[in-house]
Amino acid sequence: MTGYSHTGPGQQLQIVVVGHVDHGKSTLIGRLLYDTDSLPDGKYEEVKAVSEKRGMPMEWSFVLDAFQAERDQAITIDTTQIWFRTAARPYVIIDAPGHREFLKNMISGAALAEAALLVVDAEEGVREQSRRHAYLLHLLGLRQVAVVVNKMDRVGYAAERFHEVKQEISAYLDSIGLTPTAIVPISARHGDNLARPSYKMSWYDGPTVLTALDGFHPISAPSDLPLRIPVQDVYKFDDRRIIAGRVESGQISVDDQIVFSPSNRIATVKSLEAWGSPQPPIRARAGQPVGITLDEQVFVERGDIISHVSSAPVLSNVFRATLFWLGHAPLAVGNRYRLKLATDEAWVTVEAIEHTIDTQTLADEDADHVDRNGVAEVILRSTEMLSLDAYRANPATGRCVLIDGYETVAGGTVSLEGYPDQRRQKGPKSENLTAVEHLLTADGRGRRNGHRGAVVWFTGLSGAGKSTLAMQVEQRLFALGMQVYVLDGDNVRRGLNRDLGFAPEDRVENIRRVGEAAALFADAGVIVITAFISPYRGDRDKAREAAAEDGFHEVYIKADLETCEQRDPKGLYRKARAGEIKEFTGISAPYEPPETAELVVDTMTHDVEASVDLIVDYIRDRLVIRNRPTAVATGR
Amino acid sequence: MTAHLDALEARSVYILREAFARLEPLGMLWSIGKDSNALLWLARKAFFGHVPFPLIQLDTEMELPEVYAFRDRLVADWDLSLKVELCPPEEAMDQTLPPATRSAARKTEGLRALLARDGYQGIIAGIRRDEQSTRAKERVFSPRRLDGSWDFRDQPPEFWDQYKTEVPDGTHVRIHPLLHWTEIDIWHYTKREGIPVVPLYFARNGKRYRSLGEKNITFPIDSDAATIDEIIRELEVTRTPERAGRAMDHEAEDSFERLRTSGYM
Repeated sequence: MTGYSHTGPGQQLQIVVVGHVDHGKSTLIGRLLYDTDSLPDGKYEEVKAVSEKRGMPMEWSFVLDAFQAERDQAITIDTTQIWFRTAARPYVIIDAPGHREFLKNMISGAALAEAALLVVDAEEGVREQSRRHAYLLHLLGLRQVAVVVNKMDRVGYAAERFHEVKQEISAYLDSIGLTPTAIVPISARHGDNLARPSYKMSWYDGPTVLTALDGFHPISAPSDLPLRIPVQDVYKFDDRRIIAGRVESGQISVDDQIVFSPSNRIATVKSLEAWGSPQPPIRARAGQPVGITLDEQVFVERGDIISHVSSAPVLSNVFRATLFWLGHAPLAVGNRYRLKLATDEAWVTVEAIEHTIDTQTLADEDADHVDRNGVAEVILRSTEMLSLDAYRANPATGRCVLIDGYETVAGGTVSLEGYPDQRRQKGPKSENLTAVEHLLTADGRGRRNGHRGAVVWFTGLSGAGKSTLAMQVEQRLFALGMQVYVLDGDNVRRGLNRDLGFAPEDRVENIRRVGEAAALFADAGVIVITAFISPYRGDRDKAREAAAEDGFHEVYIKADLETCEQRDPKGLYRKARAGEIKEFTGISAPYEPPETAELVVDTMTHDVEASVDLIVDYIRDRLVIRNRPTAVATGR
Repeated sequence: MTAHLDALEARSVYILREAFARLEPLGMLWSIGKDSNALLWLARKAFFGHVPFPLIQLDTEMELPEVYAFRDRLVADWDLSLKVELCPPEEAMDQTLPPATRSAARKTEGLRALLARDGYQGIIAGIRRDEQSTRAKERVFSPRRLDGSWDFRDQPPEFWDQYKTEVPDGTHVRIHPLLHWTEIDIWHYTKREGIPVVPLYFARNGKRYRSLGEKNITFPIDSDAATIDEIIRELEVTRTPERAGRAMDHEAEDSFERLRTSGYM
């Protein structure tokens, strides 16, 4: 390129030009460079000659479409960048291909931009890729968009046609929450309303393309958000152990206490390291690379996220993601992919496709797979704990890509709606606990009672029949002379858990306490039946861990949402549908059915009596000690 | 200007650290030109004074003598680990290429031999988007096929600083930490940081090299710019492309594209 200069006013701004194939993106850029006198010597002549060789009039797009194949097919294959400046500031223009096949290249270009120009053909109006590109800009987090209605020469510079197209694109942008900063009628080929107002469209008194560009604002790294530094590496090149990363948001200072997630290890910043600076920095802010040394040698690895203790990221092994799918093979439920989130990597499984989103009509659709270039909301579950943020809270740690084999197949933004922070469950708060050995054994208690103590954990949707069955099973077992007790919302929420509400975090804590209490009952020799929805698989696994080995029996009281909603014994579904109850499982909060329950009782096919029989038989089978001694052994 | 250079530097440092964390073995091409030297400087910043991978010079033995002298001095002063890879002779090149392009292709072949022998998974190169229009379309992490060639028709998506670091055995990734810099950015940075450069960039007797290549296919331009400040002033007003003095760029419409698809830097 020519002497592109940075001196002078204004901070550089990166803009992307998007739109449907053949609506004139490359032509717009080529002409813009010519009009701002930004083409190098000989380029105009070169392009003119190349155009003539192919029997075309001056083809501005050749300025950018460098590849031979692109010139031959007259379409842009890959994204490119070019530098120019206005009186206000320097620009990097990113040209993105409009052809559907090259969507991955459009995304690669657009993701670098701070603002976008959306080109729409005045003759053709809003087309498939116009909408798709706008939608993807929105998904990529771009909020500054100006529209140019191109090829006004083809419609006789008619104000009526411009207003029709303007109406059409405004309506679509509005529906995805984008407000264009300007909508400019232009003819890129003839330079109308690019650098100078066009006398052919005197009916238009808005900004030219250049004024619209100069109206955009540069985007800086978010220093005002909570601190996030994804660890890139830990170096030990000399006697220093340096943790390397980039401050994605917030600020860090020497002597700050920081926490590493998901490990939850805490340390204090001893120094910030920098090579070649006269004195070491004491503070770093968003956008800067850092090297950190600690006051003590805690274990740190690539993928950890550094934050301050009071504003740490969320820990979860399950989250919702809005994905754009770029894979050749469709995304399907049950598929495993490699997740990359900031510098962390983990295996994830697609647990559910909530719905796909038609970028043309914006309608949600049920689907069991997502095709190439589709957009969908999915639930991803990882085997390991992830540290992350909701995209809305912190973009850099709230977005991810998926890798299949060697290919990047998706990008997505994270939502944690309905999923609790799992941080506080991670371990005992007090470390000064020692187990006191009991003199009585479980065997001893079992021999006296004639059965072992155990947790029988019911799970299922509201209305599946948990409470009804629990009460009847309790009655039957009691009649059989067994020690039995039911823990349910009524007796637990009244006392033990009266400080808890129904927010995701409170639900998690509710179930944790029930799990611990149930384990104590079981240890005391009682068969304890719990009757809670307990929607999260992770929570039930924790309850299982709390109980003795082989002392936990998960019983899935199974009925589908439709059936439960019809039964609606407490009228809760009706209220949830009416929005009176928030975070209601099955309606506005997820339910994760068990994968390996010890017993499944389908209450759609079994009536109450048959269900009770099933459960009582199961319990007698597993928990009754058969050869009950008739007398206490003597003569030890 | 300071903020702008800081932002460019931060991005390059991030890229270098990603490459080092994810690709092994890793090497960095060092042509000894101004971009290469800025890149080397950035590596020392990224790794706190160290360069934790070898530098590789693809040597045609056709560089100007000043270049070799500069190289030897810097290797000694900075204690660099340099591997010099001798490139195969011009007679071994594709004879359908125009003469200067054919000469430049020697580096492609030298690199290919090195990759085959040493099995590099990552090769860092100091190309920039503003140099040349096919380079403008590059990815920061750009995978190469088994034979080292570039499939520009099907480049991987690259966004949100998530880079291509998974590659099949036997193939490699080119890493381009300077892709987002411009020629004038490099000079501003060279000045600010005090990075040494080969004196051939500074005008003597009305001529200077704007872009350094082998002596048989690179020519000096008319210039009186004898200091970095004067070079910057010259670049602010020039309308001549940087690579105007590179013969291979001008032999045919697609000569550089052909070089690059076959694996040239």
